[in-house]
Amino acid sequence: MPRQRLYPLEDLEDIPGTKVFTARRSRQGYYLHKFCMSLMQAENREQFKKDERAYLDKFAMTDDQKQGVLERDFNKLIELGGNMYFLVKIASTDGWSAQKAVGSMTGMSPEEYAAMMLEGGRSPEGLRSIREGN
Amino acid sequence: MARISAGIATSHVPAIGAAIDLGKTQDDYWAPVFQGYEFVRKWIKGNTPDVVILAYNDHASALMLDIVPTFAIGFADTFQSADEGWGRRPVPLVHNHIDLAAHVAEQLVIDEFDITIINEMDVDHGLTVPLSLMFGQAEEWPCKVIPLAVNVTQFPTPSGERCWKLGEAIRNAVKTFPEDLDVQVWGTGGMSHQLQGTRAGLINKEFDNKFLDLLAHEPEELATWTRLKYLREAGTEGIELIMWLIMRASLGYGVEELHRFYRVPASNTAVGHVVYRAKS
Ligand SMILES: [Fe+2]
Repeated sequence: MPRQRLYPLEDLEDIPGTKVFTARRSRQGYYLHKFCMSLMQAENREQFKKDERAYLDKFAMTDDQKQGVLERDFNKLIELGGNMYFLVKIASTDGWSAQKAVGSMTGMSPEEYAAMMLEGGRSPEGLRSIREGN
Repeated sequence: MARISAGIATSHVPAIGAAIDLGKTQDDYWAPVFQGYEFVRKWIKGNTPDVVILAYNDHASALMLDIVPTFAIGFADTFQSADEGWGRRPVPLVHNHIDLAAHVAEQLVIDEFDITIINEMDVDHGLTVPLSLMFGQAEEWPCKVIPLAVNVTQFPTPSGERCWKLGEAIRNAVKTFPEDLDVQVWGTGGMSHQLQGTRAGLINKEFDNKFLDLLAHEPEELATWTRLKYLREAGTEGIELIMWLIMRASLGYGVEELHRFYRVPASNTAVGHVVYRAKS
């Protein structure tokens, strides 16, 4: 007997400014993520810092993904299949805090973002659903 | 016989681990966060379990890339802290309780949870930050730890209801372990936070506090909350909260809420923490 879904799968795409990380996106980001996880070794971090482009060329990533890494454009990398738990390893290699990395996606300066968090964070009001606008 | 005597839940924000490791817990920013853990630091000295079954998620440290198990139980004798990009956290080795882990795995499969066995892995901040929060900068962790890794990062994740049922199955498994052991179950992660896109920084105090109220007193209602609801209301990373349901269900019907703490922010995240004593 087929089971009933509690919500249509398309609803996962209905959240403003959000890409839900699915198995399919994970496939798209696989080699990007392989690069990110390579940064869990100090020697690899050193090699990457020495010549970023040459290091990236060792991985079967798309040119777009490589460009996104070089620009530290986390929104673009998420668009290209990335997930923040992998991507944050690039930020850690750079010595960025997780807050700086995450804030960089919001269009706010690090100071503005930090101030927003101290004031209680971003309200969910109006950001729950694209369709409902709530 | 073994029994589950208590449950603890806590956020496992990596920056909290860094604050502990770098001696910043009394800084203006961090002191109010760590104040929320003073109760448990004292309480657990008199209530140190033999074993903690610790529900957490791996953050692309050992899992998520090549293998994405929905529920997995750590089966190595020991687990080292992972290098997440800035070196390994200076924390003790985590020692497993293999006999209980084996028993739980066997019972879970009988209960139709086809759990994955992991014979080698490093454990990341998801597991080590809660240990540091409860036990501080210890030379050795004072108890054994069975890592229970839950996929809450790649869809399809398990539902809250499924996590609830897993907690019930863990309760039954522990109860039938013949050795006399004091076991705690910990649920970690959350509360509301989103680490991606233009919605990053999302915090939903109303949602978090409703969750805390229901978790103590009407937890069955939480089992009906959909994954979509967590994503919309608590952010893409706020869905980690479903791991708290494993802890709560493992305690059985009634609990005594010994402690509750909620604070915004720690880095990008709303911090939540509860301590429950099992009544039955
Ligand atoms: Fe987490």
